[in-house]
Amino acid sequence: MKAGKVNTASRRPRFNWLNDLWPWLCAASVALSLLMLGALLALLLVRGLGHFWPATLEEVTLRSGDTFAGHAVREVELPQQAGDERLYFTGNQDIEGARWRWVTIEEIAERAQPTDLIRLERSPWGDFIGRLSAIEQDGQRWEGDAAWHRLATLLALPASQRQESQLLLTTVDGQTLRQPLASVVSAQAPNAMSWWQKTHVWGDGVWRFLSEGPRAANTDGGVWPAIFGTVLMVILMSVMVTPFGVLAAIYLNEIAHQGRLTRLVRIGVRNLAGVPSIVYGVFGLGVFVYGIGGSLDEWFFSDTLPSPTFGTGGLLWASLTLALLTLPVVIVATEEGLARIPEAQREGAVALGATRLEMLTRIVLPMAAPAMLTGVILAVARAAGEVAPLMLVGVAKLAPQMPIDGEFPYLHLERKFMHLGYHLFDTAFHGEDVQAAIPLVYATALLLVLIVLVLNLTAIFLRHYLRRQRGNEC
Amino acid sequence: MLAPLHSANTAQVPVAHFSSEHSCLSIDHLSLAYAGKAALRDLTLSVPRHRVTAFIGPSGCGKSTLLRAINRLHDLNETVTHSGKITLEGQDIHDPQTNVTELRRRVGMVFQTPNPFPMSIYENVAFGLRLQQRLPKRKRDDIIEWALTSAALWDEVKDRLHRSAWQLSGGQQQRLVIARTLAVQPDVLLLDEPASALDPISTLKIEELIRNLKSELTLVLVTHNMQQAARVSDYTAFLHQGELVEYGPTDQVFTNPRLQHTENYITGRIT
Repeated sequence: MKAGKVNTASRRPRFNWLNDLWPWLCAASVALSLLMLGALLALLLVRGLGHFWPATLEEVTLRSGDTFAGHAVREVELPQQAGDERLYFTGNQDIEGARWRWVTIEEIAERAQPTDLIRLERSPWGDFIGRLSAIEQDGQRWEGDAAWHRLATLLALPASQRQESQLLLTTVDGQTLRQPLASVVSAQAPNAMSWWQKTHVWGDGVWRFLSEGPRAANTDGGVWPAIFGTVLMVILMSVMVTPFGVLAAIYLNEIAHQGRLTRLVRIGVRNLAGVPSIVYGVFGLGVFVYGIGGSLDEWFFSDTLPSPTFGTGGLLWASLTLALLTLPVVIVATEEGLARIPEAQREGAVALGATRLEMLTRIVLPMAAPAMLTGVILAVARAAGEVAPLMLVGVAKLAPQMPIDGEFPYLHLERKFMHLGYHLFDTAFHGEDVQAAIPLVYATALLLVLIVLVLNLTAIFLRHYLRRQRGNEC
Repeated sequence: MLAPLHSANTAQVPVAHFSSEHSCLSIDHLSLAYAGKAALRDLTLSVPRHRVTAFIGPSGCGKSTLLRAINRLHDLNETVTHSGKITLEGQDIHDPQTNVTELRRRVGMVFQTPNPFPMSIYENVAFGLRLQQRLPKRKRDDIIEWALTSAALWDEVKDRLHRSAWQLSGGQQQRLVIARTLAVQPDVLLLDEPASALDPISTLKIEELIRNLKSELTLVLVTHNMQQAARVSDYTAFLHQGELVEYGPTDQVFTNPRLQHTENYITGRIT
């Protein structure tokens, strides 16, 4: 006993620092994770949403006497203390041949922010930055402020009701341009706007990003087809994976003899969840697209061969591939839910004269519903963010037709579709104009995060609601 | 009738006998094993109609196993094997002709921990009824009121029939489970330590309920609590290590046991 005492006393000082410190280590790791998550969200929010804020236009005069107009995007330090270089977005690609301009700070002689500078969003050719001199329509002519008011009136009308007009535009270095109204999407004079007006323009920009289709090889315009494609694909996937996963889990947990084979199957299912997603893509391409799709084409669509109908990537095959990918998640979650139901509940039902099926459908499955829902939600969250397998089985850079339209049979499962994750990748790496793509990449990434967040929150509330309905938790 | 001898005893097992017209349930040379491990050894006894019969004995003596054998709950566990016969009102319960779900309706069971289903009080009581047949709502309401009244719960829950059953107290939950079982009008009610998870007041209510139900059906009670067995039961069977040691009228078993072994257990000298 005495020896033991001496022993503890001698050990104590050596480990003291760890005893005092370990809660702080744990807290620090939580804090670090939160900090990184917060930084990620903040970056996406600022860069993604900031893009739609009407930037102040500057008229820049260089020491060489050259002038141009645009808005400053960012500054980069030049190597070997050569000063800083600033990137301006200048637009006017049809006149200048480029939309961006790098100038060193030392070159700049003067910067002004005249209120009459305007920015036109056009299609084709993208933005114009300069001044509006006049508007001509059927021999009538408006100049100065009157021209600006006329333009605002015209743009407020729906596109089909706008009368054909010509805009006379002048760049800050004096070049002129005749622009037909038909190719103008929107116009703004950001330097003359109040804060409230800017907010309005910003909201409008965000709305158009969400509701319009992409333009100019995905470097401009909105992402509506991609949102639609993502959500539709995820819904189809859930419809396929839920019954399969739930039935499989019921078999494994309720029916199968709990022997070595069942344990092996269970381990197998759990490990399937860890298979890299691109492998599922390869499987989908080989089995669904070429195998099943090819056979379907031979049997039912032989008159259109060799151009494939189902024998190429499409919505159906993409949903099936992702259903396969998320199947383990649903099985594992449902199985855990089933295993948590107390034996007393099952025995109670059976003791009242319920058959095994009645016990399952009336007691066990309703009680396991929140767990199944958790599984489906995890599956949805995973499927919404998955890109790699989709590239093999049906996603498209630009899908000219939506997968649902007014044409029979309304839901076109063989069509290719757009997906936010792939859109993000394509915009970032395959665009012609990398500088223009950067803010869109942030905005799309933010959108993707928000969609997954919304899906998860829906599930959590639904589960909470189901539990509350039962009056207690299990 | 010669029962197997207890390991520590060479005397014949003292067993009460009932003529077939008084016997509701009879167990004939029943042996049962979990995955080959014997739990009940050649048990023979019969349970009188409209009486309370208590099974007592130390933990692991097989009293719950015996109870669960009576409504074939062991069917759920594929490792359980048995031999011997159980007859309910003259009908062999293991006969292929016997409908298991109908047997379980006739032999209700109440478990140690209250297990109301995660639904409203009303739906809990209606659960067994809905399994049997479609009843008009009025008839069903009447049966539910009768069952809850018989279980001495009606006055406490009549204003919140559609609230969750999980909001009730433990004692109320156990009475709800009894009402749920009564609703399908069983002939036999098996109670597996129904009050062991309850407070003393709730326990008294359950015991009173058991005494009142005697006029309606046959009750079999498994309990750890000697006083409870003495208070509510008419007959008592003492089991030890899967064998029946002594069986007789409760008064006699508690005041004048025929075997030393029974006396030792009842007086707390062995557990």
